[in-house]
Amino acid sequence: MASNDLLTVQHLSTTFETPAGSVKAVDDVSLSLKAGSTMGLVGESGSGKTVLSRSIMRLITAGGATTTGSVLYRGEELLTKSSKEMQALWGAEMAMVFQDPMTSLNPVVRIGRQMIEHVQHHLGLSKADAVDAAVSLLRSAQIPEAEARLQAYPHELSGGMRQRVCIAIALACGPNMLFADEPTTALDVTVQHQILNLLAEQQRERNMTMILVTHDLGVVAGRTDEIAVMYAGRIVEKAPTDTLFASMRHPYTEALLRAIPKIDDPKQTKLSAIIGRPPDLINPPSGCAFSPRCPYVQPKCREEAPTLTPGESAGHEFACWNPVGSPEAEQAWQQNLEGGLLQTLAAAGKATATEEGATPVPVAANEAAQ
Amino acid sequence: MAGSGKAHLRDEALLRVEDLTVEFPIGRDRAVKAVSGISFDIAKGETLGLVGESGCGKSTTGRAILQLPAPTSGQVILDGTDLTSLEGPEMRKHRTNLQMIFQDPISSLNPRRAVGEVVAEPLNVWGPHDEDEQWKLVSEQLEAVGIDPDVARNKYPHEFSGGQCQRISIARALVMDPQLIICDEPVSALDVSVQAQILNMLKDLKDRYGLTLVFIAHDLAVVKNISDRVAVMYLGKMCEVSESNELYANPAHPYTRLLLESIPLPDPTADLDTTLQSEVELPSPLDPPSGCRFRTRCPFADEICEREEPQMRRVSGDHYVACHHPLIEPTETNVGLE
Repeated sequence: MASNDLLTVQHLSTTFETPAGSVKAVDDVSLSLKAGSTMGLVGESGSGKTVLSRSIMRLITAGGATTTGSVLYRGEELLTKSSKEMQALWGAEMAMVFQDPMTSLNPVVRIGRQMIEHVQHHLGLSKADAVDAAVSLLRSAQIPEAEARLQAYPHELSGGMRQRVCIAIALACGPNMLFADEPTTALDVTVQHQILNLLAEQQRERNMTMILVTHDLGVVAGRTDEIAVMYAGRIVEKAPTDTLFASMRHPYTEALLRAIPKIDDPKQTKLSAIIGRPPDLINPPSGCAFSPRCPYVQPKCREEAPTLTPGESAGHEFACWNPVGSPEAEQAWQQNLEGGLLQTLAAAGKATATEEGATPVPVAANEAAQ
Repeated sequence: MAGSGKAHLRDEALLRVEDLTVEFPIGRDRAVKAVSGISFDIAKGETLGLVGESGCGKSTTGRAILQLPAPTSGQVILDGTDLTSLEGPEMRKHRTNLQMIFQDPISSLNPRRAVGEVVAEPLNVWGPHDEDEQWKLVSEQLEAVGIDPDVARNKYPHEFSGGQCQRISIARALVMDPQLIICDEPVSALDVSVQAQILNMLKDLKDRYGLTLVFIAHDLAVVKNISDRVAVMYLGKMCEVSESNELYANPAHPYTRLLLESIPLPDPTADLDTTLQSEVELPSPLDPPSGCRFRTRCPFADEICEREEPQMRRVSGDHYVACHHPLIEPTETNVGLE
């Protein structure tokens, strides 16, 4: 690992004990972030992206959860710190913006008090200075009539305004590292655009390092330096943003992108759906976790889980035996198609994908489509 | 539009909504105008997408078609019958022609009823009452939505995933063989992989049964994917109506363009407009702006927009816009039906 990395995560795993069995929500994840860079963490619900960011910040409070591995922040190990030591880091060094701006603010306390208390506690400011600081923070989050808003309760603000307040609070103590966990998922597309612009602008001004967690490949495309795609608790592909979109190698990344309706496609375009649904983490499939849904699957995939290995271009890593674009993948695809494997038929548009598997399209309809 | 007018209505339509207004009283003599005087129509076998930001009245419009609650004023004409003039048993009978699919698939199914019963519920009311006949219809619909009827019959909703519950809701809507199905954000709560499955299935069902759908959603890419025609709403008014491909290729209303430009594209080489919009908030529907309701956020607004409400005008073919300064000049002026 390079010495200018702000954050280095190695072999991080988080397991929850439940009555039904243990759930490995994060499974042997390693990543590192340079100061000032942005990483996008992408995956479907249950892929472990939120648990990963919370594990790094030591915010997992559920009983029965164990985190192993190593998280180095500025060279210091976080996993062995006491909760008092962590409290000194929270807010001042690392902060988080949550998905739901409705529930992350206290509904019965005015915005002003929620901000002033925070600034007073962490920065040791006097009341008057804290009020000034709160006003300028709200201004920098582009909230109009900042002074008046201090007297408002959260319910008096719109969802977008509330998320701005949450961002202002997260940035109050000048953290070096910001985790944004689906910050715009609950918002309208126009407001989403404004909030993402605000985050980018604040990051530039403060030279902050950011992890942007989202399920939307569109959100991370233009706004991150690097992207990590998660599936079943593991990182399955990691690359600089441009490289990932130009030459994605993992079949899951490819399938995820293909399943999104594109604004440029004509209406009624048939989407390339993935069959099945995300795996059960209590009884994960053997071998590669994506193998039951993967159109390129081979016997080896069902037996042995691939590990993250470097690709041709710098910084590109993926965990797949038959990466997209390789001769092995092409061969696997042909073989599966001829063998009538449902997931490959579905990916090729010759069967209808469902959560249980796939139903072959009736022959007549299939011929009509060709 | 953030305006009114009926120039965009067609002669032959399965559903025709005229001057629909829905108000919710809030305290003394005050009312929120959730929907104020919109008109639109849907041809048989067509999917109409309704888009707009939260609070624009798209869900209220969907519910007002079903008379749940009945609109404050206006007409909802389904296949020649004005639903607003019906009452009691007459209305109930007509409502079987209309079905609804909701956003949250899990809470829209009764957790204490087995799936077989949930889907058969409409038949218990309207018949056939014979159990075997019912099961024949129910299993047919469950199969159509990709759920194994024999496996699902005695299972409960919590034993299914969100996507499967949404399929079951769709089967329940189909079992009455309705003329029109209103889908209120049916895929917003689902993961993209499951969302793609449901969207493909709705398209297949539409081809198979010739369904007519109103598809309400805030995701413009999803709406384009499923709709034949799209209507854009803003603050209880209609901005623009057009055939989908045309609307997305040539938006004529500044609001439609704003919505389209705000969509994050899954392409890192796409230009990211960081200066795009005015940071103005959605105005309160309690006290909407005069004239064109979009004027407070519109870059082209001038004094006529403040004074006069724009009327629907034709841009080209089946493309109508209600704007004083449209991005594409209309070909004819105000050929209303009034």
